[in-house]
Amino acid sequence: MLAPKSGFSILSKALPLLLLLAVVAWSCGRGEEEPELFQGFVQPEGFPEPLYNMSRNEVTKAGFELGKRLFFEPSLSRNNTIACGSCHIQTAAFTHHGHDVSHGIDDQLGIRNPQPIMNLAWSEGFFWDGGVFDLDLVAINAITSPVEMDENVPNVLRKLREHPEYPGLFKKAFGTEEITDARFFKALSQYMLMAISDQSHYDQVRRHEAEFTEEQLAGYRVFQKSCASCHAEPLLTDRSYRNNGLAPNPLDDQGRYDVTLNAADKYKFKVPSLRNWEYTAPYMHDGRFLTLNRVIEHYRSGLVDSETLDPVFRNEDGSIGIQMSDSEKEQLIAFLQTLTDRDFVTNPLLAEPVLNSPFNK
Amino acid sequence: MKNPSQNIQASVFQFILMIGLALLSTACIEEDSGPNSEKSGEFSLEFDNIVGEETFGLAPRTYTNARGEEFSITTLQYFVSNIKLYTESGEEYVVPQEDSYFLIQGSDRDTRFAKLVVPEGDYSKVSFVLGVDSLRNTMPVEERTGVLSFDPSHGHSGGGMYWGWNSGYIFLKLEGTCPLISDDQQGDPTGKKQFKYHIGGFGGYSAPTLNNIKEVTMDLKQGGLAQVREGLRSNVHLFVDVMQIFDGPNSFSIPEHPTVMFSDFSVNVANNFPGMFRHDHTENFSKGEEGL
Repeated sequence: MLAPKSGFSILSKALPLLLLLAVVAWSCGRGEEEPELFQGFVQPEGFPEPLYNMSRNEVTKAGFELGKRLFFEPSLSRNNTIACGSCHIQTAAFTHHGHDVSHGIDDQLGIRNPQPIMNLAWSEGFFWDGGVFDLDLVAINAITSPVEMDENVPNVLRKLREHPEYPGLFKKAFGTEEITDARFFKALSQYMLMAISDQSHYDQVRRHEAEFTEEQLAGYRVFQKSCASCHAEPLLTDRSYRNNGLAPNPLDDQGRYDVTLNAADKYKFKVPSLRNWEYTAPYMHDGRFLTLNRVIEHYRSGLVDSETLDPVFRNEDGSIGIQMSDSEKEQLIAFLQTLTDRDFVTNPLLAEPVLNSPFNK
Repeated sequence: MKNPSQNIQASVFQFILMIGLALLSTACIEEDSGPNSEKSGEFSLEFDNIVGEETFGLAPRTYTNARGEEFSITTLQYFVSNIKLYTESGEEYVVPQEDSYFLIQGSDRDTRFAKLVVPEGDYSKVSFVLGVDSLRNTMPVEERTGVLSFDPSHGHSGGGMYWGWNSGYIFLKLEGTCPLISDDQQGDPTGKKQFKYHIGGFGGYSAPTLNNIKEVTMDLKQGGLAQVREGLRSNVHLFVDVMQIFDGPNSFSIPEHPTVMFSDFSVNVANNFPGMFRHDHTENFSKGEEGL
């Protein structure tokens, strides 16, 4: 994208000229000067060690760029209409804003609300039920689901091999033009690993770069008392699977039970991160709640008891739910608003590549 | 599909045979001097699919199970892995794991051999896993090569032997039709009378769940030891009786259970798998695949 193709052969002789060309090509391509956005994978301050084995798949610029291109590539679907980015939209923190469940190929509906592509280096189970345990295997689910992409991986690899540009992009990323399943999955992982949200106001406070208002601080205390045991800091999830007292939906989605077939897992779903909740409505595994207010009211008074209801909701007086006054609720909302990371949803590094530019075609 | 090169091979084969016979007749019968474990020879496990007392064939061919239910088969595929060989004295040879994965496909007879090179020996027992071991099910993608990959030319065709939503390989896939299957939700709502058995489950990654991995052990003493010698092929010919899936110890009715995938009932189906395998005979000192 930066330099003309022939530039490689004259690299050693004409380095200064090449650099000049690159600068010209760069500024022409985008119409403006852009600083280098790609800084590799940077461990956010205060985050735990990644659970993804980064040494097995070092994030490189070329690998990341390839992964980004693939993430927005509709050829991953049977009729070349649906890309990963179709249901994971950056402005919605990589969810499908406004959709209770995802819309896939031929406008078919899935059964669950798409989860954000966010801080996945720290995830150990993927999807609401944790059925996939390796980020590199995540794409298979979407590609092969009959209501999402309805394709199969060998066909996708065939399409990429026949594509005019992908063999070259794989060469840049992995050294040869060979398009294997492992390289394909790893490139996608490189893109997803870089979708890191750590720039919210909450994060700045965490790093002592800013301070909470009094209201936010009071809300933070409510959060720590009533929410943090599951929505653990700093990822705002403890990555566990729990039954949070939602009434079973008409499909009787039993969540983690479908993966483990263990009766103790019935109606358990992954605890989602609270980060960027302002962008990711609607909420819950089937998107049944449209607002944060409705979610909080669910925990205050809407829980449905069942055998697998998480014990954390059982109170000493025999009631179930989170006890919280109206003013505590207002304070909590003030705190939760500090979890919004505007940089994440506007980060140009993660944005869909502009493919009609002459330098990309 | 005979081609000229096969004809040439055949005549070369005949020529070698003649010379061999000539040598034998002069040097009296050079009795096999016994195995030398420093040398290696070709060994194969042949998975010859059958259905009850009939040969295997895809639809429109029909079969009838012990309950009198008529059915046709449209797909049969299964993974075989982790092959081990044992001598009578108890020595064990474990085939290096990365060479030990095979996908047997009913639609392609060429896939019926699991071909290996193993140390010379007189093997009296062989074991293998029907399915894919749990370790490989959890390995990084780059360690899933050959039939385990999603590669269009080597992998499990169409990616159809893998669950994307609950990461893990499908060990055995049997699909077909049975006219007794109803058209409602309990049967096949598409009205096509299809049955689908996708059996897998490696025990779970982060939480334990069902494990349908079956290790099958075949005693070869009755049907013939596998005598592996350098330059020669020893083939253990197994019959794999698909009918046992329905008529085995956990017999079940096709219209009552037309679809079995990742569910508790799959354990019953998988428990019928070991009974599918029977050692029929061994072909030793073979010089090529044609004679097998």
